[in-house]
Amino acid sequence: MSAAEPLLRVEDLRVEFPSEDGVVHAVDGISYQVHRGRTLGIVGESGSGKTVSSLTTLGLTRRQGASISGRILFAGRDLVTLPEEQLRAIRGNDIAMIFQDPLSALHPLYRVGRQLAEAVRAHQDVSKATARASAVELLGLVGIPDPARRAEEYPHEFSGGMRQRAMIAMALVNEPRLLIADEPTTALDVTVQAQILALMERLQRELGMAIVIITHDLGVVAEMADDIAVMYAGRIVETAAAPLVFSEPEHPYTWGLLKSIPTLDRPREEDLVPIPGSPPSLIHPPSGCHFHPRCPYAQPEHSRIDPLLVPVPTEPSHQVACLLEGDERRRLWAALRAGRTPEQALADAGETGALA
Amino acid sequence: MSSTEALVQARDLVKHFPTTRGIVFRRKIGAVRAVDGVSFEVRRGETLGIVGETGCGKSTTAKLLMRLLDATAGEIIFEGQDITRAKGAQLKAIRREVQMIFQDPYSSLNPRKTIGSIIGEPFAIHGLERDRDQRKRTVQGLMEMVGLNPEHYNRYPHEFSGGQRQRIGVARALALKPRLLIADEPVSALDVSIQAQVLNLLRDLQRSFGLTLVFIAHDLSVVRHMCDRVAVMYLGKIVEIGPAEALYDFPRHPYTGALLSAVPAVDPTRRGLQRPVLSGDVPSPANPPGACRFHTRCPKAQELCSTQEPLLREQDSGTRVACHFPLTHEELPTIGVRSAG
Repeated sequence: MSAAEPLLRVEDLRVEFPSEDGVVHAVDGISYQVHRGRTLGIVGESGSGKTVSSLTTLGLTRRQGASISGRILFAGRDLVTLPEEQLRAIRGNDIAMIFQDPLSALHPLYRVGRQLAEAVRAHQDVSKATARASAVELLGLVGIPDPARRAEEYPHEFSGGMRQRAMIAMALVNEPRLLIADEPTTALDVTVQAQILALMERLQRELGMAIVIITHDLGVVAEMADDIAVMYAGRIVETAAAPLVFSEPEHPYTWGLLKSIPTLDRPREEDLVPIPGSPPSLIHPPSGCHFHPRCPYAQPEHSRIDPLLVPVPTEPSHQVACLLEGDERRRLWAALRAGRTPEQALADAGETGALA
Repeated sequence: MSSTEALVQARDLVKHFPTTRGIVFRRKIGAVRAVDGVSFEVRRGETLGIVGETGCGKSTTAKLLMRLLDATAGEIIFEGQDITRAKGAQLKAIRREVQMIFQDPYSSLNPRKTIGSIIGEPFAIHGLERDRDQRKRTVQGLMEMVGLNPEHYNRYPHEFSGGQRQRIGVARALALKPRLLIADEPVSALDVSIQAQVLNLLRDLQRSFGLTLVFIAHDLSVVRHMCDRVAVMYLGKIVEIGPAEALYDFPRHPYTGALLSAVPAVDPTRRGLQRPVLSGDVPSPANPPGACRFHTRCPKAQELCSTQEPLLREQDSGTRVACHFPLTHEELPTIGVRSAG
């Protein structure tokens, strides 16, 4: 394997679930990659498929009768076709995951230290005492004060932030090469969120692991991610290096997200521009571009043509799945950034377009 | 400040929830001091924001204002009238004037009722709009006002998305033309793209009807966007209160500063900016630290802070702050606060 080969490469992944109302197209052909020591942020709303794609990486959607196609190459091995026993050897060992709700991910009836020790012994042939010792060490590593005493406590005795630290400790027991963090701070208060994000960054520096962070919070990805993939209705609609997504976003959905959240940097009086409508059903996703029913700039033909994720001419690593012309997109974003509404932006772009 | 300006005043409001032991012989062993002596006023036509982390007492404060909880001590003055102990007809009259929008648009709507009867229920409770057709017209007018299709009058909540449900909640809250609207985390359960729809709706309604709004949220950016004045709570106390502009540009309480610096910036160029992270967790409100409650986590704490409780004092920067050693202008960059001004 060459040095440039990514640690994780997902190729045209599709995940579908049967349901009473029809087939749920949770993930609809996505591709992305993560390199060692780097952080990929996957941004999307509920129902965008961001969680399902990661659960699938760990083989956790197999039992739910999902039909999975595409490839998930982790260090050269395809996790989609890997037998369950081999996958189990990877899960919790090379790839670990932390979840949004640490209380439901920890067993309420076992002491935290014992749960950590169990995770150590699941993958390493060590004595109980050694496992116990590394459990305590890990609790200390993630910043839990008095770890030896805390290891003897039950999850309910931990605060929300400490539980999330314990979860991170458990994810780290076997020094994973890839950490998948699904909304790791959503249930936490801002000051605790800042602690957890700082902890993840520190551990990444020290252990050199790759991180996939899944969140709906653009602030969190701006803080953490090297690269960002924006998901909508089971597809990646835009992906680029993190700064580009904020400075030169190309997809109307990304614009919508950026303009619809209040931030501490923008003038207080500035109006928010909401994205009209609501996220679509994944059982009957809209035809063509999945975003067209909510897109202020959609043309009639956008409901018929499936957009492909293609690089923008100026920056090959910046990819977008949008049927609008590149020039028009740039005019629209320039107008939006100047504080114009989508309607005004459209009028502006139309005028300059006619002049050109 | 003259009292005519204030629609509601809270004076030394206290709410303690007893903690008990034993099932048959219950005995009180302590109290969770959810709200522990807060005073503030809500002026006519303004939006007052209350921010703070889990367990700071912001929702309890809202419930006290609504009279959904009875205060342990203190007074609530609504339009010059003490409503702290109001009962019966007087309480019902107050409930007409004060309405609430809840966080969870799923559990706050009765799934067995049609949208029409949910929004029209306040009329039924208060015996208004008795004429069926007239009530329907009024309800449909409300639906239109909040951006719902009036033809959906006979639909059920499950047929609506989260954002639409929150609109239903807003329509219900506005049905009786309340003088005070309390919104407790009205957008935190909604998807990002939907949040802006509901925030804009509230802001438009507030502007066009001159509503007085108490807006409770943990999201500091949302509160800044929505509110004229902001109160920051920590462990049952207000630590800083004042005009939003002043409070966000020049936070004086170290806790306000810590909250602001903890908000991730939606701007990757700010990355790597030095910002100290507040260590530790919020102490339990059942056993809060003495004197200044923030002293156990405060980077500026000195001995005085653990012996003497600071009172809210007016600062020249425009806010009132309960701190012995308020932040100075020079300290702002060192705590990682991005001053917009």
